[in-house]
Amino acid sequence: MSALPPSRFSVLSSSSAELLSPTNSSSRFSLTSAPSVATATTGTPKPLSRPNIYDRPLNKTRSAEVSASAFAFLFSEVVQYMQKRVSGINDLERRLNTLGYRIGTRVLELMVWRTESASKAPKREIRFLPVIMSIHTNVWKAVFGKPADAIEKSVQNEDEYMIIDNEPVITRNISVPRDMSQLSCSSFTAGIVEAVLDGLGFPARVTAHNTPVDDFPLRNTILIKLDKSVLEREELFK
Amino acid sequence: MAIFGLWVINKAGGLVYQRNFADGLAQLTSNEYLVLAGTLHGIHAITSRLSPTASSSGAHVIEAETFKMTILLTATGTKFVLLTSLAEHSANALLQKVYEAYADAVMKNPFHTPEMPIRSEGFDTRITALIGTGQT
Repeated sequence: MSALPPSRFSVLSSSSAELLSPTNSSSRFSLTSAPSVATATTGTPKPLSRPNIYDRPLNKTRSAEVSASAFAFLFSEVVQYMQKRVSGINDLERRLNTLGYRIGTRVLELMVWRTESASKAPKREIRFLPVIMSIHTNVWKAVFGKPADAIEKSVQNEDEYMIIDNEPVITRNISVPRDMSQLSCSSFTAGIVEAVLDGLGFPARVTAHNTPVDDFPLRNTILIKLDKSVLEREELFK
Repeated sequence: MAIFGLWVINKAGGLVYQRNFADGLAQLTSNEYLVLAGTLHGIHAITSRLSPTASSSGAHVIEAETFKMTILLTATGTKFVLLTSLAEHSANALLQKVYEAYADAVMKNPFHTPEMPIRSEGFDTRITALIGTGQT
């Protein structure tokens, strides 16, 4: 494997490990040595003054990162868990897609909130090309810490676009066995893209396909097949 | 200086990965490798019990006339064994890198079952990049 990519990638929001850690849990779990009469007079202990996780400013975690290793182990468990509950490769990919979709809706909401709320003239993308460009750079940077490597437009079908990642972060450590060679764990990423497109009003079917080349054995193509209504609308803009 | 082979032995003493690089040692059948790995596992357990200091991690290097085997025992009981020529001094550093590749390409791979033989293309590629043909 040539030049290793950065070992960490960013997330949009990070949950607080401190809040979840048992050593920091609120004092009501601790045993007091004082007799019960004393507690009755002093009243119940005050809850921690730390703000609720939902109340903390979202911009603070803008550049926060999670450990890529921790994520790799979590994702590995996710795939193993699902594999026991599906009937085939297509089913597994569909499930990964659904899981990514749930993340994509949140990614979109957070990104719009962060970029548009600060700008003086907030706007909404209504054309497809700026949208796919923004997915290629902004979404990828927010989720994986680097932009994707290329965007391509299908020659045969004009409703198909592709986003290419030469070294997808989430499948970096995954070796798919030969008997499942069609499986692409990047279906998870496809789900994220599908949710972002859906949220912006560009309904599409998004799938992931392995397209290895000699230099990049893990190269992956995210295939976007746009809904007919989107193409018709694009036509009206011209 | 040459690296002859690499073994990975799971915590029960089973050989889960075996690969030869440079020529120089007798070629054995896979069954013989399994037996040898099991034997080494036993010897290693004895050496760690024989040690005068408590909680010893057992034998580190076993030297023969023409080759030596360097053993890396991990915290979870997996053993990495590197068979090299006597003049090879980078064996320990190399084993650490093999351990790293194992943690990345094997343990984070959802299609690997712990304690079972390693069939991961990613691991093979990483090892090839590290050791290559075994000539240093």
